Amino acid sequence: MSKVIVVTSGKGGVGKTTSSAAISAGLAMRGHKTVVVDFDVGLRNLDMIMGCERRVVFDFINVIQGDAKLKQALIKDRRLENLFVLPTSQTRDKDALTQDGVKAVLDELRQEFDYIICDSPAGIERGAHLAMYFADEAVVVTNPEVSSVRDSDRVLGLLNSKTYLAEKADGRAVKAQLLLTRFDPQRVAGGEMMSVEDVLEILAIPLLGIIPESTTVLRASNVGMPVVLDDKSPAGRAYEDAVGRLVGEQIEMRINPAEKRGFLQRLLKRTA
Amino acid sequence: MFGISFRPRKASPAQTAKERLQILLAHERAGGTSSDFLPLLQRDILEVVRRHMEISQDSVEVTLERGEELSSLEINIELPGASKLRGRPAT
Repeated sequence: MSKVIVVTSGKGGVGKTTSSAAISAGLAMRGHKTVVVDFDVGLRNLDMIMGCERRVVFDFINVIQGDAKLKQALIKDRRLENLFVLPTSQTRDKDALTQDGVKAVLDELRQEFDYIICDSPAGIERGAHLAMYFADEAVVVTNPEVSSVRDSDRVLGLLNSKTYLAEKADGRAVKAQLLLTRFDPQRVAGGEMMSVEDVLEILAIPLLGIIPESTTVLRASNVGMPVVLDDKSPAGRAYEDAVGRLVGEQIEMRINPAEKRGFLQRLLKRTA
Repeated sequence: MFGISFRPRKASPAQTAKERLQILLAHERAGGTSSDFLPLLQRDILEVVRRHMEISQDSVEVTLERGEELSSLEINIELPGASKLRGRPAT
């Protein structure tokens, strides 16, 4: 049984693409055949974060419009055997996405892949709507900050009403889980940042993971590597845990998972 | 971190953020209390009042205050003062 999972947030810049890349790479590392699809038509960036930007020939829109076969547009990751990227168009606009076209492509991907990760654009318009429409599950990426939490709440409302599962009304719903990103425990301790409990109390959905604010996220995006492949990165390890939970494993929630810092580093209070 | 703080207890910024969100989202989820209707309400009130007296376009002011327990809708209608009424031709 394949699963379509949308990575969404409403607000921009909270880490949807970073999370889509990390989650899909994490799934592939665990042996699941995974494809990550960029829905941000006109502002494609998943290709850069995945490090395959120079290998894009055909894209999602070409496939929808019948100008290319799905196999021609899929880019195989060079690091992970089970990982594929379906880039989007940089030159077209969101109107090029049609509900029937998206359905046809996702149906074809379902034949071949265990997991289909849909990287949603920001906002709640066409691209975001179609990214979530056919989803079985949703990962709602949220920063512990008022505008992000508010937008996530709005997106949760849409997941409950404007999706295929919601409209079909046979009792099934899109299963939504929270991924709290750019989390800074020190700022929480100082009362500057909302805590995990605060955000959970407001949004009232299960917690998939907590990704600590980390300089390694920028480093990974600079070189086009999903951060989950960096096992020295606290964010990478947090994504690994989140992926484990996504596939149903029981993993204890840790803010800085399996920290491997030396005595001196701890003394200097360095956080990578 | 330990012991007693001598500063008066004040809500932390994080606490304030949480409370603001809780109030706002309670209203947004309810849907019906969206402030989208306020300009329409303002126009309607203006129209009704104008049936009975002459008032200017900007003399109706509508404000909404959302609270946790109670929300209030305040409607202020400014009527022309005596000085403006004076000197009108008697009818």
